[in-house]
Amino acid sequence: MSNPQQLRYSKEHEWLSATEDGVATVGITEYAANALGDVVYADLPAAGTTVTAGETCGELESTKSVSDLYSPITGEVVEANQDVVDDPSLVNSAPFTGGWLFKVRVAEEPGDLLSADEYTAFAGS
Amino acid sequence: MSHTSRHTALDALHRSLGATMTDFAGWDMPLRYGSERDEHNAVRTRAGLFDLSHMGEITVTGPQAVDLLNFALVGNIGSVGAGRARYTMICQADGGILDDLIVYRLGETEYMIVANAGNAQIVLDAVTERAAGFDAEVRDDRDAYALIAVQGPESPGILKSVTDADLDGLKYYAGLPGTVAGVPALIARTGYTGEDGFELFVAPEHAEKLWQALTEAGAPAGLIPCGLSCRDTLRLEAGMPLYGHELTTALTPFDAGLGRVVKFDKTSHADDFVGADALRAAAERAEAAPPRKLVGLIAEGRRVPRAGMSVVVDGQVVGEVTSGAPSPTLGKPIAMAYVDAAHAAPGTAGVGVDIRGTHEPYEVVALPFYKRQK
Repeated sequence: MSNPQQLRYSKEHEWLSATEDGVATVGITEYAANALGDVVYADLPAAGTTVTAGETCGELESTKSVSDLYSPITGEVVEANQDVVDDPSLVNSAPFTGGWLFKVRVAEEPGDLLSADEYTAFAGS
Repeated sequence: MSHTSRHTALDALHRSLGATMTDFAGWDMPLRYGSERDEHNAVRTRAGLFDLSHMGEITVTGPQAVDLLNFALVGNIGSVGAGRARYTMICQADGGILDDLIVYRLGETEYMIVANAGNAQIVLDAVTERAAGFDAEVRDDRDAYALIAVQGPESPGILKSVTDADLDGLKYYAGLPGTVAGVPALIARTGYTGEDGFELFVAPEHAEKLWQALTEAGAPAGLIPCGLSCRDTLRLEAGMPLYGHELTTALTPFDAGLGRVVKFDKTSHADDFVGADALRAAAERAEAAPPRKLVGLIAEGRRVPRAGMSVVVDGQVVGEVTSGAPSPTLGKPIAMAYVDAAHAAPGTAGVGVDIRGTHEPYEVVALPFYKRQK
């Protein structure tokens, strides 16, 4: 698998897109999606809630386990991906595209995210 | 607890297939190869191939083998015909369940007990201890067998293509020795998926050859390798208990709704088998005032119940989830739970599961969730 170069990554295996018009998109990596197995339930932060970098903001449930979802960025959620809520398997089938999780109006640029190459080395993927 | 994981004879093959491995009872086992939902559905609609070599085989032979088993186990092993198998349990003197087992009668005076991986040593020790005074030999055959299962509606056709054994004559819960893909095997029509299927006990050195032959024979019918993750959702849908979840030493078979496996009418040792007195009392208790009952729960929402979560009614804890998972067949989360008798009737209103602080509504149903069409 390959981690897209244009994204930045957290050590909790979330990805963050570049900020456009003040808004950035968050998802989980393909590595994380594979580790979880089939995602069956996504509890995503609702629009209007504030998320904080490095803190939990929801959960992803798979057949065998439930995992906390961490935000890689601080700001206000402007949209949760309703397609993923309706069909959580999108997180497995398209983690970097249609399986994005939520969009954030960035309040504070994150400092310690990884580049694609750094993340690939970190995840060993 | 630190230990080195044990590996089955198929370990290298699993890794070459890209399996995600997991520790299970000290064994490094395939959890899944791809999507566990696809694997589950393959077994329900076509066929799946499992490595179950972690299961523990114990052979009991000798003139009094059957008497030993009647004494050591709760079932009436004397009624098992040659070539047949029986689901049974081994209990403590206080009636608590040590393990659930399948006993195969391989010959006139030869039986094979198959125990759960996590309990195999306990069962071996208990049967060995209970064998004192019997003219019977108890043999640890855990390393003598690899176990490969083919499960699903296409499994008879797939197996027929690689064996001349009389599969049509092989009934559910029966076993016969034969040759499969050129290797000697004990062919048993048993399983833990709720589907028709076979379990093949072979020498470990033959496991890879058998696995490859079944993979090739099954590919046109849609057979795929399947891991323990889907084995768990398959057995859960079929309402089958899992030791450590629905069955523990704190429960008797009667508490688990499986009192039928206990036989007080045996061909020998009917009065003095291990646990007999306690189990008689448990039977009466279950008849008069069952404390809790094992029920099925189906979610109205999408959050998944897990073992250990509380079952609640009006904010009060009335039970505990023992197993839970998203059900691929039902498309909803399901669970098995022990629930106070007052709230255990199918259709009981107001039952929920406390999922990390939120009381999610659940429907109480009778088990199993899924029954195959025959």
